[in-house]
Formats: sequence, C-alpha cells, structure tokens
Amino acid sequence: MGQLKVNQNLVNAENAAALAKVCPFGAISYDGTKLDISSACKMCKLCVKKGPAGVVEFVEDEVKETVDKSLWRGICVYVDHEGENIHRVTYELIGKAKELAATINHPVYALIIGKDAAASAKKLLRYGVDKVFVYEDEALCDFRIEPYTAAFYDFIDKVKPSSIMVGATNLGRQLAPRVAARCRAGLTADCTVLEMKENTDLVQIRPAFGGNIMAQIISPSNRPQFCTVRYKVFAEPKPSDTESGEIVIMNIEKSALTSAIEILEKTEKPKDIDLSEADIIVAVGRGAKSEAQRAMAKELCDLLGGVMACTRPLAEENIFDAKHQIGLSGRTVKPKLIICLGISGAVQFAAGMKSSDCIIAINSDKNAPIFDVAHYGIVGDLNEIVPTLIEKIKEDRANV
Amino acid sequence: MNILVCIKQVPGSSNVEVDPVTGVLKRDGVASKMNPYDLYGLEVAMSLTEKYGGEVQTITMGPPQAKSIITESICMGAKCGTVLSDRKFAGADVLATAYTISQGIRKVGDFDLIICGKQTTDGDTAQVGAEVSEYLGIPCVANVLSVDDVKDGKVFLTVSLDNLVVKQAITLPCLISVDSDINSPRLPSYKVQKTVTDDMVRFISFAEFEDQDANHYGLNGSATQVERIFPPEKNTEKHSITGDSKAQAEGIFDVLKSRKLV
Repeated sequence: MGQLKVNQNLVNAENAAALAKVCPFGAISYDGTKLDISSACKMCKLCVKKGPAGVVEFVEDEVKETVDKSLWRGICVYVDHEGENIHRVTYELIGKAKELAATINHPVYALIIGKDAAASAKKLLRYGVDKVFVYEDEALCDFRIEPYTAAFYDFIDKVKPSSIMVGATNLGRQLAPRVAARCRAGLTADCTVLEMKENTDLVQIRPAFGGNIMAQIISPSNRPQFCTVRYKVFAEPKPSDTESGEIVIMNIEKSALTSAIEILEKTEKPKDIDLSEADIIVAVGRGAKSEAQRAMAKELCDLLGGVMACTRPLAEENIFDAKHQIGLSGRTVKPKLIICLGISGAVQFAAGMKSSDCIIAINSDKNAPIFDVAHYGIVGDLNEIVPTLIEKIKEDRANV
Repeated sequence: MNILVCIKQVPGSSNVEVDPVTGVLKRDGVASKMNPYDLYGLEVAMSLTEKYGGEVQTITMGPPQAKSIITESICMGAKCGTVLSDRKFAGADVLATAYTISQGIRKVGDFDLIICGKQTTDGDTAQVGAEVSEYLGIPCVANVLSVDDVKDGKVFLTVSLDNLVVKQAITLPCLISVDSDINSPRLPSYKVQKTVTDDMVRFISFAEFEDQDANHYGLNGSATQVERIFPPEKNTEKHSITGDSKAQAEGIFDVLKSRKLV
C-alpha cells in the first residue's frame, strides 16, 4: 500500500511527455511547470516502472495492521438451496474446498441457512465436509437480504473461517457482497481457478476485460476471503456411501432476523432448456447459420441426444433464443462433448465453453481461434463432413 | 419519489490485450462510454418519476472525464448529477469502490430509491450495488425484472431468482439492481444538451466526505490485490484430424466412439 510521489524538480517537458505516453489511463498531464496525476490514475504504477527513472516514485505507507491469519481456520462453502433442492454448484465447491483445505490442513465447512435447513444438511455429509453449520428459522424461509446476511455474519463472527466460497447464482451474487462488505473483506467474483498458498492466502484467478486477460487476485491482509464461482466451473465430486462429519445447529437472536422485504408471491420459472446442464452440445456460429446447415446440425445433435447452442451473433439476429447462447454474455457450459460448427471462437465464446471435456471444432479457416481451444480441430468443409458423420453414426446404430 | 441512479464510465471496447513479454495491459486510447447496463436503470428511474413524480439524480465515481456520462444522463432526463473524483480513490477494488460511493451518496442527499445496473462491462462483477446498500444500511434486491407499483412507502417488484420469479414489496428506502433488456432506454435529447450548464454536474472529492480516514479509500482501502495479469491459457492437448471430408468424418466418429458418446 502506498502512493505515487512526483519529484517535480526532475520534471521537464521531455520526460513529462514520455510519462503521459506511458500512462494507459491518460491520468498524467503537464502544464509547463507542474506534472499532475489526475483521478483517472488506477495505481498501475507503470509510470514508476516504465517511465523516466526517478520522476514518479512509489512511496510505501506505513504497513497496515494485518490480521493474525492463524486465528482464521477452515474453508467454508455456502450451501445454495431452494427448499430441499441443493444447487449443484454447492457440491462442486465442496470438492474444490476439500482440495484446497488439504494443502493447508484446514477443515472444510458448509453453511446452510433456511427454514428446514437441517434436513438438507444431512445430504452434505456424503461429500466429506467436516462440519455443516445450520441456521434454521421461520424468518429464513425465503431469501431476503437482511436476515440471510445477519445469519451469515453471525457464523463468520463465531467460527472465523479463513476462506468462503459462494456459488455465483442470482442469490449468491447478492448475498456474498453484502456479507463481505459487513466484514470489510475482499471478494472476487466469478473465479475460474482457485489455489491455496501456504500462508492460507486464497489465490483467485478470474477473467477480466471480457476474458481477454486473466487476473490473479489475493487478499493478503484481510480475513475472511470471499470468492464466488459460477456453476460448472469445477467438477462435481462423487458422493461417498457413508456419511461423515457433524451437523452443528447455530442459534441467533430472532430480533436480528427482521427484514423490510415482504414476499408476496412465488412462481416456478418455466422449465426451460438449461444449456449448463447439457452433457452434449452442438453449437453453431456464423459459418453454419443457413437454414440447411442448421437443419444438418440439428440432425447430428438429435442423433447424439444433445442440445443446440449458438454464438452471440446468432442470438442477436434472433436465429436462436438467447437461452441457447454460450459465452460471457450467455451461458457457461461444461459438457462431456461440444461440437462447434462454423464458429470462429472469439475469446468471449471460448470463455463460456473451454472447460468442456471434449471440444471438436470444424471450421474452414485454419487460423480460426477456436482451434486454440479445441481438442480435435478439423479444417474442412462442414457441409461435407457433417452429413458423412451423420451417415456413419446411423450406419453404426443399424449394425448394433 | 426521489431516485438516484449509479452509473459508470467504461471503455468503449473490451478488446484489450496483455503484452506477453512485459505482462502490461495494452489499452491505448480506447473511447469511453456509459456502461450499457446502466441505461436500463436510468430508464426505470425516468419512467417511475414520470408516473409518481419526484426527480432523478445520477452519481458516478471516476476521473474528471466521467463528467460526460453525467451530462448524458441529464440529457436523458436526470435533473443533475455528481462525479466522485479524487486521486485518493485510485486503485479501488469492490470494497473501496462501494464504500466511496456510499460516502458520496450520504453527501449528496436522501433518496427513496437507489437504482444500479446489473453489472458493468469492464469489471463484470455485479457486486458493487449490494455492498453500497450494506454501507447505507438499506435493503437491496438484485435481478429486478420490473417495478410494478409504488405506494404506501413501499416499492413493489418482480424479481428473478434462480428457479423462481418472486413478487415482493420493500419498504423504502432501498437499493435495486435491474436486469438488462427489461425496457428500451430512451435516447439522450440534443435539445436538453444545449441547456446543460456546469452547475448541474457537481464534483465531490475526499475532502468533503464525512469519513476522513484515507485508509478506507482507493488502493489503501482495498482488501484485494491484483498479483499479476496474464493472457488466457491455450489448450495444450490438441489433435487435428486431416484428410478428405470422408476421412475427417471418420476421424470424428472414432473420437466419439472411443469416448462412448455414440
């Protein structure tokens, strides 16, 4: 932590111009006598590292008070659920939490908040958590931000977990920041890679700027450390046959569970196709958008028992409904198989599918970026390859 | 009903690259624009005040240049707006950003409703709204699909949860984040643009905040640190299936067969 200091006595027109050029945010200006850094500064410190030597310096402040990290133990997964249905992202996070906890010898916790939460808590005991903490109350029946935050904060205050992982669902994306703010703790959204340092700092890696770059983020002097992770980013572990771990019922004052929110009516969303649940996906892009090509893709997709998906341009042209769109502005998918037809593979698309188990891409352009993420790349004419493949599969089925 | 809309200036394009040698962000002179998600929030605010009276203000945090999006919001119908701008705010993460905005809001005045967009296009976190509400001590609701009514000091909302659509009533004041595509944002009026005067955009710096502890803002007030940035990895396990179309189709079939997918 610190600040930038301009050594005005070293500034001249020449190095001021050089500094202005180095700054990617246009924060440096020079009026002929004084070099000024405006509030456009993002503290990237490029002016210190790449600018004329010594003109701008980074001055460390006195070291901030740091937490005693040894007082914060355990990796906690927030259990996202609706009634008895536990969102599967929860299991994926528990799998990851166990991996991370093993490296620093910490326990794995699950936190469940709800009306009949204890019943759901039992399901988690097959996933190898050490403790499941349960907050149960009538006031916690529906998700409302204030009582849920109160219960979550009460848990953190009493148990002091080192890291907290929350699924990036609509619910998690509200609850995690609200609780993190109350703890004055760091929160990293949509992590795609998590690692653990020996000193219990959680290394959080996430795409930034539309997936064009990856940022590695830590919370070196705050506890707990919060992150959210999207569904289907990590693998779901297999439940064990036997239960282990213990269920801990937590108590909180009823007066802490008040809310200004009143739930009037709840309706189930119509069961739409859910791309993120699909095991097999056939995706089409601009290179396969004609009606004949789509029909061909659909035939292949039906043969494989898959779900059709598309890239952003096809959703924008209303050729497909937005629910079928893969990518940063669409769904993240992690199927066993994805076949990409006529998709160039923009980073935003790739970010939404690159952790798929098997990626097959057919494109006529050998330089298409999709071939950077594909496991099997086929440079060729999909209008010839796909029908042949369909025939081949049909033939194979007929012979069984 | 007085409404405050939180808006942000973002780069005009997300096409930034990392220099693989230096690990430095290449971001030369991309034009800036208003975060497109904020336009839906502004539209909700405008139509609410048209129906129920009151006025709309906007607030942003950023460099002095962020004034341009406040002006744009005024052209869309806001009465005035505020830019929170200070070098002390530089390098802020979600925590410090939210805290700074909440301090700014306290300075600007009391509002019945605070509206945020779903997320920004540059940070993509969708977290700042909920953190701001915590520091203001008011309830928050995200993924709002529609604001159905305002009466008896309450706002009636339709909200999208993961598998549910929920209708709820919230006692004001509160903060809501609206989903994208829930309305068609109006265009800025060029007629209004001619009448925008400097006093409609207020600048507030650290010196005017209630909390004068510099350790709560900018880089010093941030809990997270970016350790490094790097280009995304490319897949290393790569095979290409070559030959004529028939051979390629057979190659794909063999892959599917070996993975028990057909």
